[in-house]
Amino acid sequence: MNKIEVNNLTKIFGSHPKQGLKRLRNGEQKDDILNDTGMTVGVNQASFTVKAGETFVIMGLSGSGKSTLIRLVNRLIEPTDGEVLIDGEDITKMDKSTLIETRRKKLGMVFQKFGLLPHRTVLHNVAYGLEIQGVSKEEREEKAMQTIDDVGLKGYESSYPSQLSGGMQQRVGIARALTNDTDILLMDEAFSALDPIIRKEMQDELIKLQDRLGKTVLFITHDLDEALKLGDRIAIMKDGKIVQIGTPEQILENPANDYVSNFVKDVDRSKVLEAHHVMKKPEVLSTFKDGPRVAVRKMEEVGASSIFVVDKEKNFKGLLTIDDAIRAYKENIPMEDVLIVEDIYSTTTDTALNDLLGIAVDAKYPITVIEDGKLLGIISRVSILSGLVLGKEKDEVVSP
Amino acid sequence: MNYFHFPLEEWTNNFVNGWLLPEMSGFFDSISVALSSFIDGVTNLLIAIPAEIFAIILILLAWKLAGKGIALFTLVGCLYIGSVELWTETMQTVAIVIVSTIISVIIGVPVGIISAKNKVVDQIVRPVLDFMQTLPIFVYLIPAILLFGLGGVPAVIATFVFATPPAVRMTRLGINQVPEEVVEASRAFGSTPWQLLLKVQLPLAVPTIMAGVNQTIMLALSMAVVASMIGAPGLGSAVLAGISTVNVGLGLTAGLAIVVIAIILDRITQGLGQKF
Repeated sequence: MNKIEVNNLTKIFGSHPKQGLKRLRNGEQKDDILNDTGMTVGVNQASFTVKAGETFVIMGLSGSGKSTLIRLVNRLIEPTDGEVLIDGEDITKMDKSTLIETRRKKLGMVFQKFGLLPHRTVLHNVAYGLEIQGVSKEEREEKAMQTIDDVGLKGYESSYPSQLSGGMQQRVGIARALTNDTDILLMDEAFSALDPIIRKEMQDELIKLQDRLGKTVLFITHDLDEALKLGDRIAIMKDGKIVQIGTPEQILENPANDYVSNFVKDVDRSKVLEAHHVMKKPEVLSTFKDGPRVAVRKMEEVGASSIFVVDKEKNFKGLLTIDDAIRAYKENIPMEDVLIVEDIYSTTTDTALNDLLGIAVDAKYPITVIEDGKLLGIISRVSILSGLVLGKEKDEVVSP
Repeated sequence: MNYFHFPLEEWTNNFVNGWLLPEMSGFFDSISVALSSFIDGVTNLLIAIPAEIFAIILILLAWKLAGKGIALFTLVGCLYIGSVELWTETMQTVAIVIVSTIISVIIGVPVGIISAKNKVVDQIVRPVLDFMQTLPIFVYLIPAILLFGLGGVPAVIATFVFATPPAVRMTRLGINQVPEEVVEASRAFGSTPWQLLLKVQLPLAVPTIMAGVNQTIMLALSMAVVASMIGAPGLGSAVLAGISTVNVGLGLTAGLAIVVIAIILDRITQGLGQKF
């Protein structure tokens, strides 16, 4: 279901926006309109949809119109033309009171410079959205305390914004947006004002929060790495126009034009590619009932000196080397006792390659990708390197 | 440069003598009656309070809002005013200052709010404020006598004209100074325009508005002294008496009392502004 649907949304700043709109429709360029009429095209006929539960990132450099676009979505700026459907209702045609009601019930927003009320404590900032709806003091403060706790600011509720660091202030901003319990979160460069380490921390937390709450997020950023990390889908904006919409992989692999490919050429693939992009299916999995003899034979077949072992339900058990298998056979010890378990690193499918690099360097054995106890794939040093250089892997089969 | 005849003088006189005075005198009289009872009420109240008690209240206020130094200054100042026997005159002046400040704030702050929110109003209000601040005082002091008679009422009217602009300007400035992101955030969460004004813009503008009120009080004080020329009672008339009889001593004594009152009022209202 589409939570947000934007059709041909246009904003022209200046004295006669309707004239500018006519020129735009005749295919005139933004620069020509500016030169001829002095009017600035903020957003040029943008269309996109955001599905429920999706994180949709709009990415563009400064002046690309992305901040205008997000403000058109909740009508902080009046659009010149086009429609914005929130749950199917066109916000551009709403009267004042319906608009206010929609903002209260459906649209939370987080700002680049936080936009906190300096004369109010954290608690009263976070409760503000409910306060203006006339929610009783106990109820709104109880809810506010809950979200303050959720964003990890417990104990700071009676501090003033100026007493907090940037990262903490933005947590207050996020808590404030969450307290209204809206389905949609509009995030305008929410992490851009934070220093890199805090920014990464907040991005990770947003991802975690998303897993738990499943909000529909419209996220604006000028940072491509951030866009690729957070976005289920990304729209790239230039001069008020959306030039490409796609998943991070689509944007990286098939840039729509030179502008986009220029953008993505310097992307740090280690941050974009995740474990599942480079993992390979391990060749042979021998179940316990096979016993060491069968295991040895299978290793001989593929010419490997070790093999991963799983049980019938594909639950990961450990790694068996050929030496250990032979020893188990000769000394007649159960295979479980000779499995290597401790030196094997495991990870999840959505771990960024960046985070695996360090482990891969130290690891004696390939990294295992395990989810719910089941072995989904393995990642060798070679596959990480080829992933970084070439992009995604071919589905070839290797053995450790 | 005399390209065409522009009889502004004649028109004004015709307007004032032919219409304003005969036709509107009832209206001005009722304003005059209301204002003078307001001024008398405040004056009588201030004089009725024993000087010692008033001084103690003032000292405590100064201590609370402006610190020990100013409290000490207030003590010395009150002792001085009492000792030179100008207490009643001081209270008369303070009464005029209070009344005209109240009127200035009641009218000035809302006008400031509206002109911060509405460009058209702002464009009309600004030249009017320039006019009020720069037109020589006596140009409207004399007509004020024609309309309201001698005494405290024209003094308050003239003081209002002179002292209101800072209240309007600083209110407008204070509201416009509220960071755009804060206003946007408040709107994004669904504030009505009134909620935005009362819960965000006004609270954040209060320090600036208080600076405007402080300026209004200072201007009101200086004007209240000048207004003694049109019969306003108080310290100004003591100064005037000193000047007209070449009594330098009396002029200085009353002049110093004005300075004392000015410093006390200024520091207390500044302290009040910083409390927000």
